[in-house]
Amino acid sequence: MKPAAFDYARPATRREAIELLAGAQGEARVLAGGQSLMAVLNMRLAEPALVIDITGIDELHYIEERDGALCVGAATRQAELAAHPGLAERVPLVAQALPWVGHFQTRNRGTVCGSVAHADPSAELPLCLATLGGEVVLEGRRGRPRVVPAASFFQGVLTTDRAPGELITEVRFPLAQAQTQYRFTEVAMRHGDFAIVALAAAIRGEQVDLGVGGVADRPVVRTLPAGDGLDEALNEFAWALGAEDDAHATAAYRRTLVRELGRQLITEARPC
Amino acid sequence: MLKIEANDSHRVTLTLNGRERSGNARPRTLLSDFLRHELGATGTHVGCEHGVCGACTVRVDGVASRACLMLAVQADGRRVDTVEGLAGDDGPLSDLQAAFRRHHALQCGFCTAGILNSCADFLGRERDPSEAQVRDMLSGHLCRCTGYTGIVRAVLEVAAQRREQRQEERDDV
Amino acid sequence: MEALEQPAAAAPQGEVGRSRERVEDDALLRGAGRYGDDLAVPPGTLHAAVLRSPHAHADIRSVDVTRALAVSGVHTVLTGEDVRNWAAPFPVGVREPMEHWCLAVDRVRYVGEPVAVVVAEDRYAAEDALGLVDVDYGLLSPAVDAEAAAAPEAAVLHEGVGSNVVSERHFHYGEPEDAFAAADHHVSLKVRYPRNSCTPIECYVVLASYDVAAGAYDVSANFQGPFALHSVMARALQVPAPRLRLRTPADSGGSFGIKQGVFPYVVLMALAARKAGAPVKWVEDRLEHLQAASSATNRVSTIEAAVTAEGRVTALRYDQLDDCGAYLRAPEPATFYRMHGTLTGAYDIRHLAVRNRVVLTNKTPTGLNRGFGGPQVYYALERLMQHIAATLGLDPLTVIRRNLVPPEAFPYRAPAGSLLDSGDYPAAVELAERDGGLAELRERRDAARREGRYYGIGFCAAVEPSISNMGYITTVMTPEERRKAGPKNGAVSTATVSVDPLGAVSVHVSSTPQGQGHRTVAAQVVADVLGVPFESVTVNVELDTQKDAWSIASGNYSSRFSGAVAGAVHKAATRVRDRLAGIAAGPLGVAPETVRFAGGRVHAGADDGSASMSFHRVAGAVHWAPGTLPEGEPGGLRETAFWTPPELAAPDEGDHINSSLCYGFVFDYCGVEIDPVTGAVRIDRYVTLHDPGRILNPQLVDGQVRGGFAQGLGAALMEEFAYGDDGSFLAGTLADYLIPTSMEVPEPVILHMETPSPFTPLGAKGVGEGNNMSTPVCIANAVADALGRADIELPLTPARVRGVIGIDEPEPPAGLEPAAAPRGGGSGLRASDSVTMPAPPETVFHRMLEPATLAAIIPGCHELEATGENAYRADVTVGVGMIRARYEARITLSELDPPHSLRLSGVGESAMGSAEGSARVRLTALDDGGTRLDYDYEAAVGGKVAAVGARMLQGAARVIIGQIFTRLAAELGGGQPSWWRRLADRLRGLVGRGGGRS
Ligand SMILES: Cc1cc2nc3c(=O)[nH]c(=O)nc-3n(C[C@@H](O)[C@H](O)[C@H](O)COP(=O)(O)OP(=O)(O)OC[C@H]3O[C@@H](n4cnc5c(N)ncnc54)[C@H](O)[C@@H]3O)c2cc1C
Ligand code: FES
Ligand code: FES
Repeated sequence: MKPAAFDYARPATRREAIELLAGAQGEARVLAGGQSLMAVLNMRLAEPALVIDITGIDELHYIEERDGALCVGAATRQAELAAHPGLAERVPLVAQALPWVGHFQTRNRGTVCGSVAHADPSAELPLCLATLGGEVVLEGRRGRPRVVPAASFFQGVLTTDRAPGELITEVRFPLAQAQTQYRFTEVAMRHGDFAIVALAAAIRGEQVDLGVGGVADRPVVRTLPAGDGLDEALNEFAWALGAEDDAHATAAYRRTLVRELGRQLITEARPC
Repeated sequence: MLKIEANDSHRVTLTLNGRERSGNARPRTLLSDFLRHELGATGTHVGCEHGVCGACTVRVDGVASRACLMLAVQADGRRVDTVEGLAGDDGPLSDLQAAFRRHHALQCGFCTAGILNSCADFLGRERDPSEAQVRDMLSGHLCRCTGYTGIVRAVLEVAAQRREQRQEERDDV
Repeated sequence: MEALEQPAAAAPQGEVGRSRERVEDDALLRGAGRYGDDLAVPPGTLHAAVLRSPHAHADIRSVDVTRALAVSGVHTVLTGEDVRNWAAPFPVGVREPMEHWCLAVDRVRYVGEPVAVVVAEDRYAAEDALGLVDVDYGLLSPAVDAEAAAAPEAAVLHEGVGSNVVSERHFHYGEPEDAFAAADHHVSLKVRYPRNSCTPIECYVVLASYDVAAGAYDVSANFQGPFALHSVMARALQVPAPRLRLRTPADSGGSFGIKQGVFPYVVLMALAARKAGAPVKWVEDRLEHLQAASSATNRVSTIEAAVTAEGRVTALRYDQLDDCGAYLRAPEPATFYRMHGTLTGAYDIRHLAVRNRVVLTNKTPTGLNRGFGGPQVYYALERLMQHIAATLGLDPLTVIRRNLVPPEAFPYRAPAGSLLDSGDYPAAVELAERDGGLAELRERRDAARREGRYYGIGFCAAVEPSISNMGYITTVMTPEERRKAGPKNGAVSTATVSVDPLGAVSVHVSSTPQGQGHRTVAAQVVADVLGVPFESVTVNVELDTQKDAWSIASGNYSSRFSGAVAGAVHKAATRVRDRLAGIAAGPLGVAPETVRFAGGRVHAGADDGSASMSFHRVAGAVHWAPGTLPEGEPGGLRETAFWTPPELAAPDEGDHINSSLCYGFVFDYCGVEIDPVTGAVRIDRYVTLHDPGRILNPQLVDGQVRGGFAQGLGAALMEEFAYGDDGSFLAGTLADYLIPTSMEVPEPVILHMETPSPFTPLGAKGVGEGNNMSTPVCIANAVADALGRADIELPLTPARVRGVIGIDEPEPPAGLEPAAAPRGGGSGLRASDSVTMPAPPETVFHRMLEPATLAAIIPGCHELEATGENAYRADVTVGVGMIRARYEARITLSELDPPHSLRLSGVGESAMGSAEGSARVRLTALDDGGTRLDYDYEAAVGGKVAAVGARMLQGAARVIIGQIFTRLAAELGGGQPSWWRRLADRLRGLVGRGGGRS
């Protein structure tokens, strides 16, 4: 299990990285935390001609509040976000979800943007981003940066709206809203595994935005009634996700968790 | 910007356990292979090469990281600490190592180096960890021999010892 | 046998019995261990990578290495042809015409089977060439499920045998028919024990070289024994045994039986070194290990008991089917026979009938795995005991108690031949009940049940055999066959103790430990015998078949260390002591019998005040002044002891076999609570009591218990080598094959009892495997109790448990019925969808037959070239996200019914494995002049992609196949796939935000 040969570049600036990526005609891969990419390279499930290491780009290394969102640059690690002062108040959903993302050791290197770029249908951060209605900032060689809503960014298994020549420079998590409660839960085979079903909820009064990961081929979010009609709405949502069987869980099990855990998550949060 | 062609070998210089070391690596050379086979630091083990088992965990600039998921060239100019550096060259075992020994926290010892490195980083950040936190941190490692009990006990004991030591030091002041 | 010194049970005064910190640990904690991959290699060593079959079953039509040899850094490629020239197939344990080579020579029979070995400057270069070895496979249908493979219509793996059932034996002990006829009840159960593995964290490592002049191989490997396999390897290499020098490194990164399975690779790499003309090193990677190293044997058992109204079991009937995978690899079918004498477990059941069948399937060959044979037997027997209780309305513990072998019966001869050496099972059960707090668990269960929660208690009583009889395996033969072959029996253990000219003591044992602390225990034993400080004893555990004392039973398996090897150490040390006593007796002026060894000195008598000499003085004389020694004393001081117990006889005419020397006792119980929504099983408390005879080092015993418990818990709740229906392997990474972490393993309550074995020198029995046998079924019984159900299956994953609780789904709303039920959990993928085409059916149909269109719509298609009518070959690169696979594909269009329907099929091979897909396409004219294209596809993916990507295959297939038809629509000028639309419609208005692109 050793990677195939590739050229390596460590740009110092965002601009350099984008130039390289755009010039590589789809034959380059961005190396961020490497917690997904390196495993794939080691297994030779990908043999890119060029690997562009963005970990040394200081200008992409930030966590900032801007225009009602917490903006996280592409060189920022998951552990850094988890340790960000005030995260639990500013973006409580992400604060709750981060401990579920892999392990202490993988969060130390894995980046927030890398997880979003990778678009694993079970991943927690894309689910949070979709549930909160966040955005992804993409920069290519030409034109202005594209700001893509999470809703249209995630398109399928490991498939996103990012063009091969574009770099994700930042993701934006909307800040917590007043009178809204945020809840996250997940069922996985073991602690730190990818979710069989992950649920993220933003509950405000009679409405809830419920995001589901691990079931469809991408995170899917629906606005449901939080009180009357919740069961019917959850059932319809569960079926609409098109769950499938895999080695660890059946489709019926996944739908059941959406219905029953979804109900638990929402009703337990409501009274307070 | 640093650029290295696929088949070129690059001189990688890093500070390994406090000492400057260098060797040749191509872009695709994994840090785990570089440490073991180029620098001869075979204390770092490899159990999966896909980031799950944790055996290869080293500290890069102090932070516990999978060496199998890093390229050697990424460690150029950095500080890398491995199991070999935990006790001085000829010195006694560190508190953590000694606690592992006392609590029978290892059998075959293959997973141990990685676990020690994670614990070293973790205990530097968490001074008063609960058992749940320790178990959570350890869940990034697979040990097939011990059932983890001895490991958990050793880590909690070291945390307590260090707390006491700090208290004593404060009392002395 | 020499008279044995029976140990005192009192608190330890010497080393033995103490929880010594291990001598191994200092080096291991400093990173100074010397494992297989850490050993220095000779200059010029090359590195190997193994090309493995992506298919479960296929003929190898040709292997072409031309392109691989052209890769920079590649030296040579070993193929089946070389192997045929230089080697022979491995000897097989049953007399059937089937061949197992170290490399597939004409047919592959499981995914991951070695097909060629690339040898290069380094591992990176070797892997570069793997994809360039061109193998032409002719696919055969696979036999995957054990029961289906045993049926007459199944595809046959070894044509010479004519059936996949390669061994069938019937056994009969006592009068089972009469007992069944007389019984009040017959209770039966059919259970399946899955494939799993105690998979160590270190994988296989082999370093081999070939000496042309001597015609000899020299190999280092992290092999664990049994060294009976040395003969198997030497025979395969066609050399006399001394010309295969096999060495094992000082440290091993765990084994649990699994490293027995490195032996075919010892042969393979020896041949690779011969071909390369240079030393060759191979380090197995985790993907190779999980798919192709070894596995526990999966078993289907039907077990039936004749039971009295009180719950007394009078007879048992087993019908067992073991799936040993593609080849019967030595020592299989030992999984059956290791436990054969012990099939009645801890119970006094006098009548027994057994049918054992071994079936071969297109899966990885099985082998030793901690607990070997035990988990399978106890999963059937102890589930049955629980089921008997449930059926008769009795408490399971009552049923267990009524059937235990009574204490006065020891040594107890079980009907199939095991001689249970010692124990007091009822007392052990009582101890565990009291000290483990069973009453409290019962209260918790009752309280939980009152609240409607799922809480259950499970039990398991098990006899833990240790120190295998090397003859047990011959129970697979009929008595006549055995007579012809000659008897096999015994369990020779070996140890050497020597004292050097300065009086330092060294020990060598041929037990190849993998983390069990043998060095520590051997030093404890010798320190006591010779009265020298523990620290001054040096123990070497490397094994070199050319220089060290060993025998076929050498190695680390069947928990033979404390019972047998420590016994041999004791015997060798005692011989040294007796010689030294003889030497010291003269100068001390006493008879040799009164000489005592303590505190590093040799004393004239028992009391400390007696005259004494320093140990090193006495020992030194043996080297420096042999002329001063008493008559008959030869000088030099090195004693090698061999020890074999007389109790281990060969199977007799009636197929009775004492399959092991010692039988420890394990009694476990646990309380579990099940989450009614997720189905997750939480262990509330797990109590495990062990009677391992005399305990040599309590801390190490507890370490063995905890480790075995964690593995047993994994087997109960999450571990399984999953296969698709087509034989593709689906658990290729440690994110798919799930090993419990610190979050899943609770701390068990460990209790002890010591009933020394009368048959081992120190009274010790093995203790390493009990929980691997007891824990899976104990947890399963608790889950069965919690749910009130018998139909449970391992591993008890949350989804499975929730399935047993029941999933009562509300109906899907109209329009959301799942289209075609995709097949579960396998690599077989199917779905249907439709796309609107902006052209009439005739045009669509016509265009699909054009090569230019095909080239444009098949993603990543290069160099499409016609090979016949509507048949093409092409290079196709497909991918999702960052993953890319390049396939050499054959594409065909068939079942043409213009302009209504056709079939588009593709088959591809790549370094990552095979892929095939076939889509039935139907065209329907739409009112607007366009066409609705409906397609149903079936796809299958094999090899590495299936092994490591199982979780995402379904979604990935949809992305890739969907691309073909959206591109077709685009070629024809526009179009949206209707499923995007459907999804968008479904979500519109309901979805505030989210991933559905609308
Ligand atoms: C043991 C283990 C357990 C894990 N468990 C979980 C889990 O439970 N949940 C979870 O969500 N994840 C899990 N992960 C994966 C997670 O750790 C990764 O961090 C994450 O998926 C990718 O982030 P990264 O920074 O490591 O990206 P990389 O691995 O470097 O890159 C991932 C992909 O994104 C692309 N990419 C990265 N950054 C950019 C960018 N700025 N612009 C464009 N493309 C980019 C890369 O080219 C690559 O294709 C686990 C990983 C491991 C090893
Ligand atoms: S070898 Fe790096 S995590 Fe397993
Ligand atoms: S001590 Fe062997 S794997 Fe942990």
